[in-house]
Amino acid sequence: MNQTIISAATEGTNPLVPNPWEMGVVLAGFAVLFYIVVKFVVPMFEKTFAERAEAIEGGIAKAEKAQAEASAALEEYKQQLTDARAEANRIREEARAEGAQILADLKEKAAAESARITAHAHAQIESERQAAVVSLRAEVGTLATTLASRIVGESLSDDARAARVVDRFLADLENQNAGAAK
Amino acid sequence: MHLPAILPWGAADGFSKQMLLVILSVVIIATFFLLAARKQQLVPGKLQFAGEAAYGFVRNSIAKDIIGGKDFMKYVPLLFSLFFFILVNNIYGAIPLIQLPSFSHVGGAYVLAAIVYLTWIAIGVKKNGIKYFKLATVPTGVPVYILPIVIPIEIISNFLVRPVTHSLRLFATMLAGHLIVMIAGSGIEYLVMQENVLLKGTSVLVLVGAIAMYMLEALIMALQAYVFTLLTAIYIEGALHADSH
Repeated sequence: MNQTIISAATEGTNPLVPNPWEMGVVLAGFAVLFYIVVKFVVPMFEKTFAERAEAIEGGIAKAEKAQAEASAALEEYKQQLTDARAEANRIREEARAEGAQILADLKEKAAAESARITAHAHAQIESERQAAVVSLRAEVGTLATTLASRIVGESLSDDARAARVVDRFLADLENQNAGAAK
Repeated sequence: MHLPAILPWGAADGFSKQMLLVILSVVIIATFFLLAARKQQLVPGKLQFAGEAAYGFVRNSIAKDIIGGKDFMKYVPLLFSLFFFILVNNIYGAIPLIQLPSFSHVGGAYVLAAIVYLTWIAIGVKKNGIKYFKLATVPTGVPVYILPIVIPIEIISNFLVRPVTHSLRLFATMLAGHLIVMIAGSGIEYLVMQENVLLKGTSVLVLVGAIAMYMLEALIMALQAYVFTLLTAIYIEGALHADSH
């Protein structure tokens, strides 16, 4: 190593004067390196950087989209819920009104029916009473006539007379009844 | 000052150790980054992560921060190649047995500075046309009567001194570091050989100093690679935006 320094010092060469061969080697070496860097290294690294940025940004965009979709769906559900509530209320009100209407109709109908039945019953009773009166009148007349003929031994076969007698008798009875009722 | 050539052995001009190291540096850098970039995955492995960190340092901390804009990607390959070419060639000086920073020989520094010089002038002319030379030498906002002084200064500093300082800064720091380590080594060797025990003992002091200098040199080797690349980015940026300076 001493030898090197001594030789360098005694050589007397100026260190600022370049060796052209060394310049050539540096130039060629740098050119090769630059070519490799331009052609391969930088594109490969840039490709990865771009892919990575895209992966991250794409993920964020995807998440944002999902978020937006979720909140839209939530909005929609809320809207539907509100609509459904309103619908239910409306149906309930309608049902209530309808029920009241039906009830009123039924009441009215029942009242009419009962009135009708009552009137019918009255009429029937009246007609039956009338029939009973007529039949009673006939039967009682016959019975009474037979009884009286038996009692008085008088032939009362003359119908006209008999009917007259019976009518008179019944009229008396009715008058008595009417008097008693009063 | 040149080391003896390897081929032919010992000749003054021939294939030297320095040339071998330059070629080796190209192989090292290309191999490392091609391996790191070969299997590109979104989630990087160790090697890919190291490659991306190194690439991202030049791309973002130098090219993007200094040049900026949307144009900076065009200059990333040049800055990237320069940074790692100089870094590896400088670090040689810190590796035992190799211990020769390639740019302690001035030729390589001249070549790289010349490449950068031609590049930024070409960029300036392409961007601003021939009036780029006026933009680069006539500063705006300077009173007319000072211009006769300012214009020569600008011409000298931008077009003459700039490439010289750019190359010599790299070369001189590497040569100085190389010499200091070499002289310290020789000094230790010389002192250890002395018969006088006290004199022999002083070699320890030299050794301690040499180790400190070695650490400093290692730092400067990395720093000079960064400085050279940073200045390149600044020159390119100045040429791109000459109209706004």
